[in-house]
Order: sequence, then structure tokens, then C-alpha cells
Amino acid sequence: MIHTDTESVGARAVRDIRRDFPALADPGDARPTAYLDSAATAQRPAVVLDAERDYLEHDVAAVHRGASAATGRSTTRFEEARADVARFVGAADEREVVWAQNATDALNMVALGIADASAGIGGARADRFALQPGDEIVLPEAEHHANLLPWQRVAQRTGARLVPVRVDEHGCWGIDDLAAVLTPRTRVVAFAEISNVTGLIVPVSDVVAVVRERAPQALVVLDACQSVPHRPVDLAGYGVDFAAFSGHKMLGPNGIGVLYGRAELLDVLPPARTGGSTITRVTFDSAEFLPAPQRFEAGTQAVSQAIGLAAAVRYLEDLGMDAVAAHEAAFAARVVEGVAAIPGVRIVGPQRGEPRGGLVSVAVDGVHAHDVGQFLDDAGLVVRVGHHCAQPLHRALGLTATTRASAHVYTTVEEADRFVTALGEVRGFFGLGTGAA
Amino acid sequence: MSALDGLYQQIILEHAKARHGDGPLEGADGEHHEYNPTCGDEITLRVKLDDAHERIEAVAWQGDGCSISMASASVLTDLVAGRPVDEALGLAEEFRSMLRSKGAGEPDEDVLGDAIAFHGVSKYVMRIKCAMLSWVALEAAVGTAR
Repeated sequence: MIHTDTESVGARAVRDIRRDFPALADPGDARPTAYLDSAATAQRPAVVLDAERDYLEHDVAAVHRGASAATGRSTTRFEEARADVARFVGAADEREVVWAQNATDALNMVALGIADASAGIGGARADRFALQPGDEIVLPEAEHHANLLPWQRVAQRTGARLVPVRVDEHGCWGIDDLAAVLTPRTRVVAFAEISNVTGLIVPVSDVVAVVRERAPQALVVLDACQSVPHRPVDLAGYGVDFAAFSGHKMLGPNGIGVLYGRAELLDVLPPARTGGSTITRVTFDSAEFLPAPQRFEAGTQAVSQAIGLAAAVRYLEDLGMDAVAAHEAAFAARVVEGVAAIPGVRIVGPQRGEPRGGLVSVAVDGVHAHDVGQFLDDAGLVVRVGHHCAQPLHRALGLTATTRASAHVYTTVEEADRFVTALGEVRGFFGLGTGAA
Repeated sequence: MSALDGLYQQIILEHAKARHGDGPLEGADGEHHEYNPTCGDEITLRVKLDDAHERIEAVAWQGDGCSISMASASVLTDLVAGRPVDEALGLAEEFRSMLRSKGAGEPDEDVLGDAIAFHGVSKYVMRIKCAMLSWVALEAAVGTAR
């Protein structure tokens, strides 16, 4: 039943989970603020803050440098964090987890590496990444700008062409839509497992199978930003070539994210950033790079943040990702069900009864999303309004902006209902009838 | 009056619907397109000046945005059409000062007319740009006409 899943995550009551999050401590207000913007950035449990503090108080020392015992301890904790994250996302080997600032940074690392390879950097070993004029980069028009702009840059540098997978009137696309545009010239297929606007869940393994069959030369790049924090993900099992996700959306710290890649690819992808700690042998006019992950981790890394992210991963593992996914699916279903009954409010993405991730975006007829956001803010609801860094998608839907509510492990039934109730009052406040415009 | 009612005064909601000046302008002397990338609000505002370029004979705009930005463009149309250019630019400056007041003071209705309804916007830093959108476009459009 929806109620059971929404009010608990597996064996733990949401009420109890909320006590793990200092930011969600009950202020005793009659109407506390409801945080419904976790798809943008999530709140952090105390275990994450404690893990960072513990490292900072006891074990700070340079990692992968020098010979002291302190350096050894610091390096061990840093690498244990990598192993935790690798296990969490189903990487075949911890070497396949490269630290990045966030998913945007990780996607840029792949795209810029491909652009460099296309310019001959990385030598013959990097040839498999090299694009020629007329090669095709395929991505849905629903993509977040983070998974669009880096590919625009690759196209500009190489003469490759961006090919859109078109979305339907709800902003969704299917495997057939993708298959229709794949050709032997397709060299990159990039997409989000869960859309940050529509909540559409893409069956990644099925997509990979179609790509391998129709475009055997293509690299598959997954934006896992909205999936890794919210459901079980098995990157090696999916068979994707690269994937990216951000720590701050998965209850972890800011400033840390991950580029995942299959080891055989990461070992030959030219590093977009170069510098200390990435090399084997340097002469005045040349350098040879280490295998992954070190070849990508130039300069001093975000060590305490990586350790905090590992704590977030263990916290999520304790809850169980199947349970987290069920909790958030129940949130989304409850919101969709409630919103469907409100005249003049349109749900973007999968409709009633269809699966979706734990977020719901809506457009209110006759009321601009920023006015909706202001009204909801006054009702104590923190939501996201705007184009959610997906302008092409909004343009395809004939919208400039939408209003999004999103959940995480601490989101309650009451918060979902408050969002629905407030949405039901918006059009009346702005002098519009309760009937559809 | 609740905080929200202070922001969305009735006169603003009415102007957001009425949208005075919404449309093209034949024989415009100057125009400017203004865009707010954070929310996607946009407006193209056109002005027609008299032969001496001292008076705004007509103003019109086409745009898409939130109720604050659209109501502000509507009120602007009522206030500046037929006015001397210098007076209209002075009004824009007065309006800007009111929006930067963070809710302090009392705006002068004799000067600002219906635009005093936007005084409440000054307490919402995220919305000041919405209210200023058409006025910034007016300043630039007049600049291109002169």
C-alpha cells in the first residue's frame, strides 16, 4: 500500500529517519518548512558530517604522496571511500571510480577527453574515442544542460553532429525513438537514467542492447544523477561505458562526484585536466599518464568530501536501495494522484499509474512557474521552479518553466499532501477559475 | 494583509491580466529585447517618439513572464505614454529606488501612481528583476530611439 511505503523506508519509519538529519530537526513550528527540492540538492545526515569531521580532526595528510605513516592512513581512508562507492554502484573494480567535483564535471571529463582524442592527443591508444566530421552524437532533447553542453563542445571541436531523440507531448521518449536515429555513424549515446524534469525511468540495459546492435561503435554515457541517489544501480551490469553522478544529491557533501568508466576505456581516455599525481614519467616536453583512476585526479583531491560521500553510501545501503526506491515511487504516485484531480494543473512526464522517479513537475495553466513558486514558498514549501537546466525540453513542451517537487528518504506523506493542497489553491489566488483554462 | 497579499496586490493581479500595451507598435523609433535567464521572462518593448524626440508618443510591448513582470509592463504603459522622455526616465529611476528600498519608506503615489503597488516586491530580492524587466527595456529602447 502507498501509505505504508510512504511513511517508512523498509524497516525504518520516516519519522525516525528524519532524526538522523540535523537540518530536519523539528523546530516546533505549527507549520514547519517542507523541503521538497532534494533532486537539486539533498539534506545530509549527521553520519556524513561526522565522517568528514572525524577525518579532518585525526587523519589529514597528503594522499598518494610522500612516505609518512600519516600519509598512509589518509590514503587508506581515501581509497576505502572509493571502494565503498564502487560497491554501491556495481563497478567491477574500484579503479573504475574516478573522483570528480560533481556529475557536470564528470561528464565534461568524458566529453573533453573525446575531443582531445579527436585532436590526436592520447596517441593510437585513444583512437577509439576519435570523432570525425559527420559522426553522430545522439541524445534525448530532454537532457539536463550538463549532459548537452559538453557534447555541443565536442561537436564544435570535431565536426560531429548532435542528433536529438525527440520527446512526446509529456516529455518522454522510448527505446524505439532512440533506435530510429541510431546509425553506424553514431559514436556517442548519452542519456539520463531518470530525467530531472519528467521523472522518466529509462531501462538502461535495454538501451545498451539496442545501441550495441545498431551502433556498435558508440560509447554509452549515462547521467546517473537522479538514479544513483534513489534506487539500486548496477553500472557494470548495465554495460554502460561511462556514468556520472553527484555526491550532494545522494546525502553526501558538496564538491565531490564520480566519473565511472569501464577500466579498459578509462585507462586510455586522455585526461581533460593534467597536473600533479597523474603521471608515471615527465620530461620537460612530454608526460606519460598513470592508469585510471589516478590519471584523472590532478592536484590535491577533495579528500574529506570523498570520505563523507562513502558515509552517505553506507547510510543508504543500511536503508536498502530497493526500500528507498519504493518509498520515493510511493511519494511520486501520491503526488501524481493528487495533482491529477486539480483542474488546470498539468503533470509533465509519466502520467497516472506509470512508473516514475521520486519527483513530479507540473505546469499550472495561466500562472507562471515563478508565481507558483512564490505561492508555495509562502505556504512553507521549498520546491524548484524554472527550466531545471533543461531548456530544450521545456521548449518542446511549449513551456518556459515548471514547478518541481522531489523526495528523498526523509520526505513524508504529509509533505506530499501539503504540496498537492497548495497547488490546488494557486489558480484561485491568481484570480483564475477552478476549471481548466 | 498577509505577506503574500502584500506582494501580489490586487492591482498587480489585475494588470497582469489586462496587460495594457501588449502588442506590436507601428512605426516604432526604438526597441529593446530584455531577457532574464534565471526565469526565462522576456519582453520586447517599443517606443515611438515625437519629431523633436522629446516626448514618448506611444509605447507597446510583447512578452512572456510571471505576473509581476507582465503587470509591471502594463503599469509602465499607462504611466509613460504621452510623457516627456526625461520625465519617463526619471520615473524609471524612481521605480528602481523603490524596488531597492527593502520595504522601507512610503512611495510617493503622486509620482508613481499605480506603480506604488510594487513596493511590496522590494522585500523579495528574487523578484526585483521581474518588476524591473520592462523598465530596463524602456531605458534601452529610448536610448536606441534618440
